[in-house]
Amino acid sequence: MSATVPGAVRPLIAFPALLRSHGFLVAPEQTVSFLEAVELLGPRTIEHVRKAAVATLAPHPEQRPLFDALFDMHFIGAVGEPGEDSFEPDDEMQVQDDIGTEEIVIGDEVNETGQAATGAEALAVRELRAPDDTDTLRRFGDALPNALPHRRGYRHKAARRGKGIDLARSLRAAMRNEGEVMSLKRLRRAPRPRPVLLLIDVSGSMKQRSDAHLALAHEIVHAMPRVEVFTFGTRLTRLTRALRLRNRQQALTEASGLVADWDGGTRIGDALEAFLAVPRFAGYARGANVIVLSDGLERGDPTTMIRAVQRLAARAHRIDWFTPLAIDPGYRPETEALRAVRPLLASLGDASSTSRLCRAILAIGEARAA
Amino acid sequence: MALRTTIAGISSPEALAEALKSAMYLADDGIATAGYLALALGKPLLLEGAPGVGKTEAAKAIAGILGRQLIRLQCFEGIDAAAALYEWNYPRQMLAIRQAQDGANIDIYRDEFLIERPMLTALRRPESTVLLIDEIDRSDHEFEAFLLEFLSDFSISIPERGTLRAAERPVVILTSNRTRDLHEALRRRCVYHYIAYPDPAREAAIIMLRSSAVAESTARAVVAAVGILRNEPLSKPPGVAEAVDWAEAATALAHTGASWPEAFRRSIGAAIKDEEDLAHLRPRLAQFIPGMAA
Repeated sequence: MSATVPGAVRPLIAFPALLRSHGFLVAPEQTVSFLEAVELLGPRTIEHVRKAAVATLAPHPEQRPLFDALFDMHFIGAVGEPGEDSFEPDDEMQVQDDIGTEEIVIGDEVNETGQAATGAEALAVRELRAPDDTDTLRRFGDALPNALPHRRGYRHKAARRGKGIDLARSLRAAMRNEGEVMSLKRLRRAPRPRPVLLLIDVSGSMKQRSDAHLALAHEIVHAMPRVEVFTFGTRLTRLTRALRLRNRQQALTEASGLVADWDGGTRIGDALEAFLAVPRFAGYARGANVIVLSDGLERGDPTTMIRAVQRLAARAHRIDWFTPLAIDPGYRPETEALRAVRPLLASLGDASSTSRLCRAILAIGEARAA
Repeated sequence: MALRTTIAGISSPEALAEALKSAMYLADDGIATAGYLALALGKPLLLEGAPGVGKTEAAKAIAGILGRQLIRLQCFEGIDAAAALYEWNYPRQMLAIRQAQDGANIDIYRDEFLIERPMLTALRRPESTVLLIDEIDRSDHEFEAFLLEFLSDFSISIPERGTLRAAERPVVILTSNRTRDLHEALRRRCVYHYIAYPDPAREAAIIMLRSSAVAESTARAVVAAVGILRNEPLSKPPGVAEAVDWAEAATALAHTGASWPEAFRRSIGAAIKDEEDLAHLRPRLAQFIPGMAA
């Protein structure tokens, strides 16, 4: 490679490293492809380098604003000719230089926030600490895949009884008997866990429980094959990718940086509408076990929340709502919105402590069987 | 690996865009660059984007300009190696065993018993085919992992036959609607492009290119309307294909004598295909119907 690229290649190699330091996943082979792509394209202007970078380093669309900001900072500051490209910081993004490190303040699109809810927002940054429920959570994670409702999958697996005939196994068995088919081997469709959609209220009234709920979400993300996690308060934030980090503390730190509306107001209806308005997000609810962790104390218009839950229920397999207010077994929802959506919920459970919440979630499958 | 700077006479992204135009596909800079790089680097091309922005069309157009047959593997949940790679023709194998009972030794793993599926076909005839792995996000994680092996070194292991390796790297195009995140390992093996909705001028040009019956004013009106519709919280925002359909449907109705706003209103089903979305739009329909807004 070094024979074909000039000495000015150093900034090109440094760029993937800069991306990595900002959380982008870039493999060494992608760096090689990037260099090859730059060579193929000319490059005649810095925009050719950008195109080569986008095509080979493959940023997610929601990471594009951050990617472009880093690109501009790196290349237009370092190798770009002044005036060759006019760099105007995006309205929703500021790039700040702070004590030698670049702090990127990211806008709504970057963390996949849906449309911002209307009304005053109290935006805050919070330090999340993993609560000391490690044992409880681990046992919960172990039990979860069998506890949540499954559906029949589309993959077949060998079985004693089943409608389908496993020709490959039957043939192998027949060959042992000189081509005589003594018994037909069977196939059946293996059950698969349904996808899980976790919606976590991080508003002020849920302040005491937010840390524990995020830790629980981390456990669920690692226990189940298909999980999506969103937080809502005055805005909607997708946390799935952050929570996929295996180390819990690391994942929670990452997640706390994404959520901008800790301990603010609650606009459940608007947040759910925002969720359903993004077709990609709405798709996550299709056929899913939807788990909502919220006290349901809606400050916005109750009719919006009722309509949103109706739309959500139409897509989901079932919605289970867990509230810390349900510590009393005789709990009945008080707010107009929660009372109205109660018939749409498969269960309204107790989330007043981590162990109670774990028990309640593990009971979802049993409740259906009963 | 030596870079192929010219593929089928295409020596730059601009040349690819020009060739795609002759195949009725108007490519923007981004897709022309990504397409050119994928062909030159011999890597798969991963196209992501909302439904209806023209991902599959792009693959068809690329196959068209390369003069190759497009082999389409439609992904679905539960798709497995037997559907994607190859399968043995078990009944014929069984029959052959029964017929050869008189001590004759029969090889039941000959080519005649092998049923080629799209990936094996593309591997065996890389110079004459383009493999489209459509809607990879619909498949499950097992299949994605299995695909990684294929896309890394373009080889397939058939236990009874050994490893088959492509003589040259086949052209592979993957599409995804982003209904789930793809594995990073898959993304990094590909040249990537996210297809956004085209800008209004390009979309109007696409409509007119696709349908010669549609007048320019109609195309512009439809593009302006779908532009507004895409900013509404709809569960199924209209894609480019829907914009083309709407322009065609409204033109057809106008030919039967309907006035323009009426033709657009009656044919809105070509653009909006969800009752919930229509219910949301109905009170303000006049704002979206071309020619009705004040």
